[in-house]
Amino acid sequence: MIEIIDKPIDVQKIISAASSRSGGAVNVFIGTVRNQTSSKKVTRLEYEAYEPMAVAEMNKIIQQADKQWNLTGWAVSHRVGTLHPGDVAVVIALSTAHRKESFEACQYVIDTLKQTVPIWKKEFFEDGDTCFRASIKKRQTSLTLLIR
Amino acid sequence: MVVKIKAFGISRDIIGNREVAFELTGTSVGDLRNTLATQYPDLKKLKSLFIAVNQEYASDEAPLHETDEIALIPPVSGG
Repeated sequence: MIEIIDKPIDVQKIISAASSRSGGAVNVFIGTVRNQTSSKKVTRLEYEAYEPMAVAEMNKIIQQADKQWNLTGWAVSHRVGTLHPGDVAVVIALSTAHRKESFEACQYVIDTLKQTVPIWKKEFFEDGDTCFRASIKKRQTSLTLLIR
Repeated sequence: MVVKIKAFGISRDIIGNREVAFELTGTSVGDLRNTLATQYPDLKKLKSLFIAVNQEYASDEAPLHETDEIALIPPVSGG
């Protein structure tokens, strides 16, 4: 299950969707909104997605993770709209036969999601300033693989 | 040909619209990139700007058609 929603994410629902009787581990990553960025106080974030492409890119990441770690279940939910510090922005739950694979797969999925999935966050600061955040560290290399 | 472009994130702020249509000289993603850079010089200040065609990242050599769904993908920041 892969979704982009504009309401609070039901974490338990995501975990249940990823759970499987053939799996021996469910690994869950929950990304939350931090209240500061480089010592500036964040009051809210606005997330937007290019939805159909974001879902397609998340699907590709899951397929790649499945190939590499043999997933027994998965679910990814990313929230869009206005979020405040403490809110859950993303939940990734993956199950595999053994725990080691589940940790590696989960790390791969969140790292790649941050580099390739077309979702943007705009930060709003206490002083009235705004900023589009960019995670571009390894983006160039991962995108080279994606471009047709 | 006339192409329609969706703009997201900071590229939307630069272009000033969620969607723009304009006359493109040329037929490839690279041609579009050049046209955009001339019309909206601030786009060149971005650390990266990818162009998606029909919801897939496209290379500069990829051809464009009037019916394509084209989107500007500035540096992403999900998660």
